Amino acid sequence: MTPADMHILVLAGGLSAERDVSLRSGRRVAEALRDGGHIVEVADIDSGLLDRLKSDPPAAVVPLVHGAAGEDGALRDVLDALNIVYVGSTGDACRAAFDKPAAAARMRSHGINVPPSVALPHSTFRDLGATSVLDAFASSLGLPLVVKPTRGGSALGVSIVNDIQELSAAMVGAFAYGDIVMLEQYIRGVEIAVSILDDGTTATALPAVEIQPDAMFYDYQCRYTAGATEFFVPARLDVSVIESASEIALAAHRELGLRDWSRADMIVDSAGQVHVLEMCVAPGMTETSLYPQAVIAAGFDLGDITARLVRTAIDRAKS
Amino acid sequence: MAGSRLDPWLGSYASRARSMSASEIRSLFAVASRPEVVSLAGGMPFVQALSVDDIADSVAAMIRTKGAVALQYGSGQGDTTLREQIANEVVAPVGISAHPDDVVVTTGSQMALDLVVRVFCDPGDVVLVEAPSYVGALGVFRAYECDIVHVAMDEEGLSPNALEDAIAAVIASGRRPKLIYTIPSFHNPAGVTQGPLRRTQILEIANRHSILVLEDDPYGLLGFDGPYADGAAPRAMRADDSQGVVYLGSFSKTIASGLRVGWAIAPHGVREKLVLAAESAILCPSNFSQLTVSDYLATQPWTDQIKTFRELYRERRDALLESLEAMMPRGTSWTVPEGGFYSWVTLPEGLDSRAMLPRAVAALVAYVPGTGFFVDGTGTESLRLSYCYPEPDRIREGVRRLAGVVESELTLVNTFGSAGHHADSGQQTPSPDVA
Repeated sequence: MTPADMHILVLAGGLSAERDVSLRSGRRVAEALRDGGHIVEVADIDSGLLDRLKSDPPAAVVPLVHGAAGEDGALRDVLDALNIVYVGSTGDACRAAFDKPAAAARMRSHGINVPPSVALPHSTFRDLGATSVLDAFASSLGLPLVVKPTRGGSALGVSIVNDIQELSAAMVGAFAYGDIVMLEQYIRGVEIAVSILDDGTTATALPAVEIQPDAMFYDYQCRYTAGATEFFVPARLDVSVIESASEIALAAHRELGLRDWSRADMIVDSAGQVHVLEMCVAPGMTETSLYPQAVIAAGFDLGDITARLVRTAIDRAKS
Repeated sequence: MAGSRLDPWLGSYASRARSMSASEIRSLFAVASRPEVVSLAGGMPFVQALSVDDIADSVAAMIRTKGAVALQYGSGQGDTTLREQIANEVVAPVGISAHPDDVVVTTGSQMALDLVVRVFCDPGDVVLVEAPSYVGALGVFRAYECDIVHVAMDEEGLSPNALEDAIAAVIASGRRPKLIYTIPSFHNPAGVTQGPLRRTQILEIANRHSILVLEDDPYGLLGFDGPYADGAAPRAMRADDSQGVVYLGSFSKTIASGLRVGWAIAPHGVREKLVLAAESAILCPSNFSQLTVSDYLATQPWTDQIKTFRELYRERRDALLESLEAMMPRGTSWTVPEGGFYSWVTLPEGLDSRAMLPRAVAALVAYVPGTGFFVDGTGTESLRLSYCYPEPDRIREGVRRLAGVVESELTLVNTFGSAGHHADSGQQTPSPDVA
């Protein structure tokens, strides 16, 4: 099958707060694929999508919808039900990885180091008293604390709280993005991202990208404003630490049952210990995103990589 | 070892570009463009009320008869016929008597605003603006590095006492305000209108201190209630002071925003500089758009169309106010606009409109947080609702969703005793294409 014979549909957009990021990811990947001679269309997630998929099934779909609409597994389940080939993890694997407490528990059970955390609904605070509950977890987890919604990416709704007085506002801010909020021990260290490329037979860790944001943490603004973060590829860490991080990222990818591509967001503490913050099943592909930087650092081309994964997905479906 | 910042020109940007960054709030507005979302955020005129066939005929006739002019460069000051129509017909309802030579046609009144600030303001110059003020104007003042000072408003717009105090404070700091920027009629975002006495008081203060008034009047012909119920337009400040006021007008709300035709009416000396500034910025405004507007004014019943718009916006305003009254939780208040596009809503105590926006977008309703209309971080307790674009049923549904969001946020704030955290900076309002 030549590239021109392979009609690829990139899904981007959706109704989540990460719609804009997703549209940018979709446009970039579509452009990269077109550069390789592929026939590519970009479609949003809307009520016309399924009819379109049924009437004109593409050779494969590349879902780049971020947030719950694209990463909670539901979209992948629908694609499976329609026998549509797609790049990326299955619905079950997405569910395991997208929900941060579930993913953390699973990784922890497989010996992967994740920061201590709790995830609580609003009702816990309402019923037991917010101050008492927050005091308890500020004591048990210690300050600073990372406060974040349990579902979603791009650091939306995330705060780092240094003072217990700031905790309530951070909770309200995080609850604006979801019904359950996670309080996570803040790990001081070097933030890195390890991207995984998995062609079905071999999963490879791409070069680790070190992230040094201008702000206190790698927030939305630092993620999507060119210039607001300095990136180092490969990360300025001992080779042994990078190797360890790569192995851990691969282990997390494997244990969560992910496939094709994923990204591990990590912190390396001062002792060189690697902590996995979360695994991303639909890595951002924007001009400032981490996965494409890793692809380029590895000497690959984003379009070639995506096309390779499309072929992997097609072969997988045939088998 | 230096890393990569993914922008090789990072060291070359002007300091004024520092605040141009991605924004969490702006990302939320991207969702508002989806049809599932009731957007009470953007101020898009309801151009569907225009007869597209009539406009198509008008444009076709224009291009057949004046194509060579429409497709060519034109005058930096604007098309002569259109300037005559503006001076003799369009601004007559607001009481302005102007000579066509006083008119400078621009690419929307936003450009007129930009030109005025360009010719008057050096970095650090003080500009007095209402609290809250139009976000597009704040953007221009920021771009020219002005020192923006908000002046309190009341139910009748800009407060003369607060204006006196603000001027005195600026003078006490050894400076002199360069401009007073005001939207006296159907204010964006506050939805209030200055009465005749209020306008006289503001002009008297401005004259006494020799401060130029920049009167922005895109909604003046769109009154529909109170003294303006019968179609009367509020008398422009420029009508009573041709030397102390630069008047900005626009066809964006009365014909179509996509044409991008606005204008400034300015005192002679100012006008000369505006023309030179316009020529350096864009050479000339679009002849195609100008002739389209000019022919539309000459051949179409444009005053009837404005009447249609007024009735349509009144119906939508009513839908909004009735829904707010019926559904919003106790402690919420709002302004009652007598024209224009907006109502300014104040939330129950303790709520933060910016922190609440993600919840609203998840509930498929969008608004603009009040913070977008201030440069000093205030406005958290307020938000702007636009009723111009959604149909009345959609407005009612949007308010129903918003009421639920406010209820939920109240519950959260009651639990935590605090409004939400928002560390986000950058642009806080939607892009022009998001309604």
